[in-house]
Amino acid sequence: MVDTKDFIEAPSVEHIAGDVTRVFSPNITVRKVAPRRVHFNCDREAIHGVCKYLRDALNFEQASSVCGVDWVDHLQVVYHLSNYSNGVMVEITVDVPNDDPHIDSVALIWEGADWHERETYELFGIIFDGHPKLERLLTPQNYEFFPFRKSYKLRGQQ
Amino acid sequence: MADMWITMGPQHPFSHGLWTLKIRADGEIVKEAEPVVGYLHRGWEKECENRTYPLIIPMADRLCYSASMTWAHVYCKVVEEALEVELSDRAKYLRVIADEICRIQSHLMWLAAMGTDLGNLTIFLWALREREFFLDLNVKLCGQRLTTNYPRIGGVRNDMPYLFERDCMRVVDRFEKVMWEIVAMMDGSSIFLSRMRGVGVINRKDAANYGLTGPVMRGSGVDFDIRRDDPYCNYDQLDWEVAVSKDGDAYARYAVRIEEMFQSCEIIRQAMVKLKGLPRTDPVRFKVPRKVPAGTHFARLEDPRGESLMYLISDGTDKPYRLKVRSPIFVNVSASKHFVEGVRIADIPAIMGTLDMCLGETDR
Repeated sequence: MVDTKDFIEAPSVEHIAGDVTRVFSPNITVRKVAPRRVHFNCDREAIHGVCKYLRDALNFEQASSVCGVDWVDHLQVVYHLSNYSNGVMVEITVDVPNDDPHIDSVALIWEGADWHERETYELFGIIFDGHPKLERLLTPQNYEFFPFRKSYKLRGQQ
Repeated sequence: MADMWITMGPQHPFSHGLWTLKIRADGEIVKEAEPVVGYLHRGWEKECENRTYPLIIPMADRLCYSASMTWAHVYCKVVEEALEVELSDRAKYLRVIADEICRIQSHLMWLAAMGTDLGNLTIFLWALREREFFLDLNVKLCGQRLTTNYPRIGGVRNDMPYLFERDCMRVVDRFEKVMWEIVAMMDGSSIFLSRMRGVGVINRKDAANYGLTGPVMRGSGVDFDIRRDDPYCNYDQLDWEVAVSKDGDAYARYAVRIEEMFQSCEIIRQAMVKLKGLPRTDPVRFKVPRKVPAGTHFARLEDPRGESLMYLISDGTDKPYRLKVRSPIFVNVSASKHFVEGVRIADIPAIMGTLDMCLGETDR
């Protein structure tokens, strides 16, 4: 959080959606706006800037969750960010190509995202550039596969 | 003095489950700490991709044995959002009552475990004795003590049984009286106070940034409770207060949980009154389709330990494409290195005890 106090204490959902799209215009689009919820689609080049802007200018103090999705033809990272002043939650989905699974880390913006990114790395093989310690967390260190990808079949799964 | 690495865990009296806290100590002072988890990782989210939607409810119970009601609730809630089902008022208040019973018994389990860590063996017996009354209410309502399997997609499994309201009110009234005795015993003990006050201090800014939620975050002065600020299940129609403390130390987290138990009693009492005013014909459960339309949805609610969030991707079949669980303790324990840096080794059980560890939901 910034100390300059130039962030907006309790922005409305329309304000958040309008403000973020105006600043990061071609790289981010609003998918849906609902009461206390804003859903964005974002390019992976812009995600670090968007997250920094949300924290510093719009008072999003916490990264609730970072998770990966395997869509078979591409991977996806989904961020859920919380604002404590008005209960708004922002969801940002970022597509990541299969052959170059890199994305900028937000662990230095919100420390709460640290373990979520490590978990996404070990389960999906998405590499977070700039993460302070990108190692396997839940699975053994000697695993050489990513168990939550769709190519890893469970018993009884086609 | 030379630094020394000490491995506390995976089997250690303070750990309350299988996890390890590696600390680098210079004499008595902790210089650096590194939590290690993953002993219980069983691929819960991947397992769900192989099961139909109703089959996941009992699995969600087993994420955490003492918060089974809220975990099954958040799962049902996210599927209901995907199906666009609005519950009946009766089902909502039944869920509120079940959730608050779950919150009280979970906090009592924490109180028993933490008191024992600090050498107070009496509180272990007292808290578990009180907890047993709430587990009996669970048996009456759901047929099970811990893994209750009570919420359903579209409502709850059954209405209140005969005389449940009378029993519930008796337990709550009795519990509030006994709680004052417990508070007097804890707060009257100078050993307890000296071990809890001023250790493990986290300020407001850091609490939000580290991703802390629930009583741990409110103990640091963040005035946020999902039940009030992002309301669900008619919590906004009940009159109660969010427990917040500004001190940020271990005692503040203890005080927040104690106050939350009193507030839960108040919520149960009011929800019971509201429930009595509803017609008996109000259904407790709607029939829902087996297949969930394609889309992405998330739902969050206030777990006894913090914010539990589930993110569901459905692809139009009767099984989820992806189900992500955001566990509050997973994030809280990742911040444990900040809690213990600079404290003495003997303070670690007092500090980590106030996090209310649960490894089933941490490792998933």
